Amino acid sequence: MKGFAVQIEGLHKSYKNVVALQNITVDIKPGELFGFIGPDGAGKTTLFRILASLILPDKGKVELMGYNVVQHYKEIRQRIGYMPGRFSLYQDLTVEENLRFFAGVHGTTIEQNYALIKDIYSQIEPFKNRPAGKLSGGMKQKLALSCALIHKPEILLLDEPTTGVDAVSRQEFWHMLQNLKKSGITILVSTPYMDEASLCDRVALIQKGEIMKVAEPEVIINDFDHSLFGIRTNKMFPLLHDLNEFKLTTTAYRFGDTIHFVSSKDANPKKELISWLELKGHQNIVIQPVAPTIEDCFILQMNQQN
Amino acid sequence: MRIIFYIIQKEFRQIFRDKVMLPIIIVIPMVQLLILSYTATFELKNTLISIVDHDHSVTSRELISKFKGSSFFTIVSFEESYDSGIERIKSGETDQLLVIESDTEKKLARAEKTTVFLVTNAINGSAASLMNAYAVAIVTSFNQELIAETLPGIQTAAAIQTETRHWYNPRLDYKTYMVPGILVLLITLIGMFLSGMNIVKEKELGTIEQINVTPIKKYQFMIGKLLPFWIIAMFELIIGLGFARLVFGIAVEGNIALLLSIASVYLLVVLGIGLLVSTISDTMQQAMFISWFFLVIFILMSGLFTPVESMPEWAQWINKINPISYFIQINRMIMLKGSSFKDVAELFYALCVYAVLILTFAVKRYKKVA
Repeated sequence: MKGFAVQIEGLHKSYKNVVALQNITVDIKPGELFGFIGPDGAGKTTLFRILASLILPDKGKVELMGYNVVQHYKEIRQRIGYMPGRFSLYQDLTVEENLRFFAGVHGTTIEQNYALIKDIYSQIEPFKNRPAGKLSGGMKQKLALSCALIHKPEILLLDEPTTGVDAVSRQEFWHMLQNLKKSGITILVSTPYMDEASLCDRVALIQKGEIMKVAEPEVIINDFDHSLFGIRTNKMFPLLHDLNEFKLTTTAYRFGDTIHFVSSKDANPKKELISWLELKGHQNIVIQPVAPTIEDCFILQMNQQN
Repeated sequence: MRIIFYIIQKEFRQIFRDKVMLPIIIVIPMVQLLILSYTATFELKNTLISIVDHDHSVTSRELISKFKGSSFFTIVSFEESYDSGIERIKSGETDQLLVIESDTEKKLARAEKTTVFLVTNAINGSAASLMNAYAVAIVTSFNQELIAETLPGIQTAAAIQTETRHWYNPRLDYKTYMVPGILVLLITLIGMFLSGMNIVKEKELGTIEQINVTPIKKYQFMIGKLLPFWIIAMFELIIGLGFARLVFGIAVEGNIALLLSIASVYLLVVLGIGLLVSTISDTMQQAMFISWFFLVIFILMSGLFTPVESMPEWAQWINKINPISYFIQINRMIMLKGSSFKDVAELFYALCVYAVLILTFAVKRYKKVA
């Protein structure tokens, strides 16, 4: 096997005046489950469409299994499975017809590669005569994954596969990906859900068309070198504003029903913070140290870049 | 080859599954053929005429009875004066007004010249000229009879007499003229709309994304997309020819195989235009509008309703790029005249060149866009 499954170097892409991607450089190893994590509009879909050879990069080198997306797109298309963010199978064809069609145009059959999709497809097989358009969101997603897998691709590109899918189905989906990984397929996933990052082998945090950091999720969390507190008081509404005016604040943001407060480096501001908040008229102040999540890391990264 | 088969199989599945499209494709064209062939006619029956008879003589009554006896005219009223007759035309109760002057009979008896006055509502120009021609024909034949009666000595028939034979359509039946033309229209609609819309639909629904990442080659995709509609349109043409034979009694005078093989080339042109439209548009709405724009121009200029020869010269030049005009001409020639390949060869070669040009252009553009 070649050195890297996916190699991206200095990739730029812009649409007219809008820069969608800039200076993207990342290498992905064969068999890796790699996540691109970033909010909507970060450029994830553009990146995946370039990888799928659907659009051309402006600048930079993009290679999948040693094949360049510009010159060797034909070889790439034989070897990738792509699942776009938007459901793009034929809604008026049945589950089985869709699968047979995509198997057929790849020159294979369902039977030939059944082993690979068995886990996933067996769940929707009872509905194989139902038009794809009449499936639930979770089932659609399983069908789309089956269709992307039916020709036994070496690399699987999943663009926001869990967006708009319920929590249970999301969990199931990631479980399926872990199983697929065992068969040696390199899997690239993009997602706006930060909590899904910990399920990947490695992740790239992507924001405004740029990669902020590439590392294992644990490493990213370990690299969080500030103190982080969850804060609640009796006056939640002005709390965020008051925290932002505090001199030792790096950043503060809403996180569920508390506010996460990141202090400036190496400071232990608890006492000062309490007196500051009391000065601002807060009562019942609860300040608890919390363990950082990927989302906290992402926000801190974003903050440091600005 | 296998890949093309899979695409065609998928297309037919989708077409036959669509409970709205299927009847549109199969039934509606036949209904259109029936309705349009019966209604799109320039024949005049029942021209409404009012008469102002100032003479009240035997002669004037004889002339009036000629109009009464004609199947083209229905006398709606007798008017006292020219003015009240004009009022009738204004109000739309009548189309024509015949005024017979007083003293007509007396003048005729004295072998003097006399005139009748004919007023025609010319809102619809072509209908007016027809009404006029019919009325003048009646008056002329009445005139001949009068001369023969009153001046028996004179050889009226000495002048040149015309006898008319209408070849290829002996009874001047408009249906015979319209049916071949409307048949062409129907297969054009199927070919141009369905093919163009079908590809745009994949764009609009996003399914083309999934197709594009497969190893399907562009030419395979296009053949797979166009061939089903080529087959449907040919099938429809054959059914339509059967309809023409059974319902209208219009048999194909010429060689059916020749007609079908020229149709197969013509359909390539039409499908090529459909493909071109699909490369220009992103949504079905756009495709629909662009197709309609061209179709309306092509249809109205095609010679389906009005003869191409009477259009201004520049319009005849524009018609050189109007595929419908070529095929309507060919279809009428083969169906009605029984023309052989030699007669239509020039038109056929033009269609061939057209097919090659438009398909090359459409494919080139398609490759660039997708």
